[in-house]
Amino acid sequence: MSTSAQATNSQLRIVVVGNGMVGHHFVDQLIEHNTSVGADNSALHISVLSAEPRLAYDRVHLSEFFSGKSADELALTTPEYYQQHKIDYKLNAAVTHIDKVAKTVTTVQGEVLSYNKLILATGSYPFVPPIPGNDQPHCLVYRTIEDLEAISASSKVSKIGVVVGGGLLGLEAANALKEAGLETHVVEFAPQLMAVQVDGGGGRLLRSKIEALGVKVHTQKATQTIEAGDVCRYKMCFADGSFLETDMILFSAGIRPQDKLAREFDIAIGERGGIVVDNHCQTNIDDIYAIGECALWNNFIFGLVAPGYTMARVAAAHILGGDQTFLGADMSTKLKLMGVEVGSIGDAHAKTAGALCYTYENQASAVYKKMVVDSSKKKLIGAVLVGDTSDYDTLLQYALNGIDLPEHPEALILPASGGAKPGLGADALPATATICSCHNVSKGDIIAAFDGGACSLSDIKSCTKASSGCGGCSALLKSVCDAELSKRGVEVKKDICEHFAYSRQELFHLVKVGKLQTFDELLTKHGKGLGCEVCKPAAANILASVWNEFILKPDHVSLQDTNDTYLGNMQKDGTYSIIPRIAGGEITPDKLIVLGQVGKKYNLYTKITGGQRIDLFGARVDQLPEIWKILIDAGFETGHAYAKSLRTVKSCVGSTWCRYGVQDSVGQAIELENRYKGLRSPHKLKFAVSGCTRECAEAQSKDIGIIATENGWNLYVCGNGGMKPRHADLFATDLDTETLVKYIDRVLMFYVRTADRLQRTSVWMENLEGGLEYLKQVVIEDSLGLGAELESQMQVVVDAYQCEWKTAIENEESRKRFRQFVNSDKADTNIVFVEERQQIRPATPEEKASFTQQQQAKRIAVELV
Amino acid sequence: MTNSTNWITVCQESDLVANSGVCALINEQQIALFKVKNAGQEQLFAISNWDPIGEANVLYRGLLCSVGDTVAVASPLYKQRFCLSSGTCLDSDDVTIKVYPIRLENQAVQLQVSQ
Repeated sequence: MSTSAQATNSQLRIVVVGNGMVGHHFVDQLIEHNTSVGADNSALHISVLSAEPRLAYDRVHLSEFFSGKSADELALTTPEYYQQHKIDYKLNAAVTHIDKVAKTVTTVQGEVLSYNKLILATGSYPFVPPIPGNDQPHCLVYRTIEDLEAISASSKVSKIGVVVGGGLLGLEAANALKEAGLETHVVEFAPQLMAVQVDGGGGRLLRSKIEALGVKVHTQKATQTIEAGDVCRYKMCFADGSFLETDMILFSAGIRPQDKLAREFDIAIGERGGIVVDNHCQTNIDDIYAIGECALWNNFIFGLVAPGYTMARVAAAHILGGDQTFLGADMSTKLKLMGVEVGSIGDAHAKTAGALCYTYENQASAVYKKMVVDSSKKKLIGAVLVGDTSDYDTLLQYALNGIDLPEHPEALILPASGGAKPGLGADALPATATICSCHNVSKGDIIAAFDGGACSLSDIKSCTKASSGCGGCSALLKSVCDAELSKRGVEVKKDICEHFAYSRQELFHLVKVGKLQTFDELLTKHGKGLGCEVCKPAAANILASVWNEFILKPDHVSLQDTNDTYLGNMQKDGTYSIIPRIAGGEITPDKLIVLGQVGKKYNLYTKITGGQRIDLFGARVDQLPEIWKILIDAGFETGHAYAKSLRTVKSCVGSTWCRYGVQDSVGQAIELENRYKGLRSPHKLKFAVSGCTRECAEAQSKDIGIIATENGWNLYVCGNGGMKPRHADLFATDLDTETLVKYIDRVLMFYVRTADRLQRTSVWMENLEGGLEYLKQVVIEDSLGLGAELESQMQVVVDAYQCEWKTAIENEESRKRFRQFVNSDKADTNIVFVEERQQIRPATPEEKASFTQQQQAKRIAVELV
Repeated sequence: MTNSTNWITVCQESDLVANSGVCALINEQQIALFKVKNAGQEQLFAISNWDPIGEANVLYRGLLCSVGDTVAVASPLYKQRFCLSSGTCLDSDDVTIKVYPIRLENQAVQLQVSQ
């Protein structure tokens, strides 16, 4: 595949060899220049020659190929983009010849291109140690998308995989093998992992963390031969006499600069390889430049993308007549390897003369941090972080900007106890501080962008490209932008959507103070347009929290999310699941039998939930009312599993039965569940009650957790499980039941009033200014004088409780909603089940297709008869 | 069938729900019908009930929303919004669903469905 655009005689011909990340960045610089002068009369003619079958892609995030990212998603550019900007590019076009005198290059296809400026951006190649047997099938490397495809194919016919090399790339590769489901080993020659970036202490911790993930690590192993295996495909024999059997081997033992062209055509290279360049990235030959991992500057190869990008900018500027220089680059890195956070800054090994170290190691939490400071103890010159890189940004800014360290620098890496850490706020950074090193964006550039009219974080991202490389600076960028915006008096917008210029808290206030009962009133008075899928359910939720009317009343019905509208949880095929309330998880055998009978009669898939209830799946919308009629007649009521409201109060068996229980946790759970059921809240609410300190109900993972003590109840608040688990905080101890209920009333109603839409209690509390202490003041000390009001508001909701399903099936109009078609009693033919483990499950699209074919065949057969 | 311009009565106006949807079955095709109250006016819309992204017949159960002047329905499955008058998906460039002409004749809701 190639494009061609003829160069005119007056144009400067630039030929770029290689289209990796750096080569592409160089082209992008020239495109930007062209755009600024007008592409049509550009003085540049740019040709790109790539040895790979595709244009540039993101090698930094290559391992995401195994977690499902496609080659297209990894692409950094498209053929259309190059065509649009008249870039003449050729794929599969390795360069085989350079004629420095005639100034031409020749591709493997024999095509000759002349140049005025030649850029070598050939990158690097994986180093494969010279071990006999390293060239057999299933002995692979990790560099290109084609390599990954080969690894993927090999892993399908392998059980065990070994990565040779325990550096950064090696561990990335090990992660890929692990993701592919192989038993994974890492074999390293050095005594530790990531020996370049991490010191001995950090290396030990890193190893134990990686081994805990199931990857076996073998250090100080020199592979001597790769022979046929006894039980696996291969056997790796080590110098110390030991061996390891494996089905595939992945070499990731470092990279070597791809300097073959320079070698063959007498361009100066370093003793150990790499094309020698000066501060302008020029080689020793006029008009030939080298950038990225193939270039050797000051006897150093830079194997990271950020320095490569800097070289690309410097070379482009030099060709265009500018005067930027490349003066080395910071090699600090922060990354997550198999979920393990690792950070390395500057002189990680404290090799600088007179350097002093501060080390913090917490084996219990598996965290290791080391700071290296200069002999004056004033400047940070290096750091190693393993297990927790939250201090990385701050430390990096100290190191890069030479900021004087605070009086007790160790506080920078010690866990904050009580007081806050000596933070390095965005304001403390000098204008020269580099925020994004991939795109070389300084704090000064960001301020200039705001001066130039940018008004938001996303504006800054699009005009400076900050945070669009490795993304490691995103948190820092946000805090710099926020600080800058607030300095300019810009309020951070909290509008819920385009229809209301208010936050949820403000809407709640408007509804309550204005005594608004319907969405129409709210929209007419305070909004515009028709509303949307964001503000309608939020308003319905607020109206329910304040007035607690039947949510399917004609005024409210069009506001509800489908789960609320049909009082069930919609599943992927459009059917619903049914969860009746089983307060505290206590249920009689008779009721269990009813659930079984309903499940059987309607052929529903049955499963026990995490909240001690029973979920019946696969009910069609038209079946819901009759199923619920049976359940309600048997004494069940709705479980609100579909709603943003109280779900369950989980309980352990408590003192009634348990030898260790000190209070009746089941009784308490039932009481609480019955009190708060039906309370609509900003997000779902989960409770649990444990009967003793053994905590079998897992109350500390709930929004409201209660643990029995000899003297009463300990109350925990604002925990949750799910995507970002958080332990609940101890709120009050040894409460009697009356006080317990009073506090819960107040906490929940305060949350309902002030939280954002879809904000769980944990995030809500963390965002309250003053956090837990403030919440205690409001609830326990009644510092706002709101206590009585919050309690009476809760009582209104409790008194207005009704079983929504009972109301729905008794009401003719509501019942009409539960049909698939207004004009037919037929069922939705797209709902098809197959059997698995003696129960139904939704058919896959392929199963549905074959089912439809069978139906058609039957129909045709009938017609023929 | 050759006559493709016939209007078919599918239900009565009273079967529709204001600012919400119902579904009709016509020649084995599922069609979602919406009645939108907008500035005192009532507008009817008919679109395919099949959500091509969630792959289920559920669009009539979505929430109605306005995006500027466009009236759309948000799929109850993954929340993509579909314009009720053009059928284009506002959240995915390459997805469009079918829309059908709809009218009200003496309280009868009528659709024009090509045969």
